[in-house]
Amino acid sequence: MTFATELPTWTALLIAALVLLGAGLAFTGSLGLLRFNRFYERVHAPTLATTLGAGCVLIASMIFFSVLQTRPVVHEILIAIFLTLTTPVTLMLLVRAALFRDRVENKPCNEVETCAVPAAKNRPRSGRLAPSQAEPMKPLTHHPDHGDKRDHR
Amino acid sequence: MSRGLPFPLLSAGLLAMWLLLNQTVAIGHILLGTVLALGIPWSMRAARPSKTQLRRPGAIIRLFLVALVDITRSNVAVAWIILRPGQRRGTSGFVDIPLELRNPYGLAMLACIITSTPGTLWVGFDSNTGVVTVHILDLIDERTWFDIIKGRYERLLLEIFE
Repeated sequence: MTFATELPTWTALLIAALVLLGAGLAFTGSLGLLRFNRFYERVHAPTLATTLGAGCVLIASMIFFSVLQTRPVVHEILIAIFLTLTTPVTLMLLVRAALFRDRVENKPCNEVETCAVPAAKNRPRSGRLAPSQAEPMKPLTHHPDHGDKRDHR
Repeated sequence: MSRGLPFPLLSAGLLAMWLLLNQTVAIGHILLGTVLALGIPWSMRAARPSKTQLRRPGAIIRLFLVALVDITRSNVAVAWIILRPGQRRGTSGFVDIPLELRNPYGLAMLACIITSTPGTLWVGFDSNTGVVTVHILDLIDERTWFDIIKGRYERLLLEIFE
């Protein structure tokens, strides 16, 4: 059995800094979830925790166990790979569900900067809303990012 | 597609994953991992994934490094947007970017990169027009994002996949 007190000082400091940085980033992400007002802005915030936040903690874990066990411990890489592959799926599902709802409710654009998407105007507006049949990445028809100030909390 | 080894890359990946999970290179685990690496891709054939070819390993490494740097940079940028005092103005919005990339694996990779980068989010891809819609948290100049996604990522992905 090995203990954390056996760590050399410089490693302990480095690991502590990385863990704190990772935790800080995850906290900032959660704070963003609270501070942002619109749904489409909110989904951006938690990415902090799943990218650099998780990365820092995983690197700290790799250093910690590699030094303690005096052999390379790198299976944390798998966690990083699976995080990168799976988070986008969840985020995209959430955003598309939100878009779908906005489109069904046919909400008017009330914020110029968020709905100025020229190319979207000549696309068909209906008939392609079903949550995907054949294609892996289904085209979206238009984007109403607007007025999401109400109840997304 | 050979009968014995339908997806060599997937097989190699599975074996590597098995050894990493068990944290060993003992002969027993290599054998067990090889059985899995041969068996699982064989059952994958039922899903009939389309074949693709990866070219230019150099471009793959470059893409990885570019994405890593960009993700780190936008982590800092988004953290600053969240933490800076005062009420933030609404500068988020959607951007439509026409792409030349059509390879589904390339598009999936681009989706992963864009969504993993804080501040940008892949919203959808229209396979008829080849236009990708991206949501951007801090949209000040559309042109910048246009250049980043087309010039930086798509160029490398085209080199790799097409």
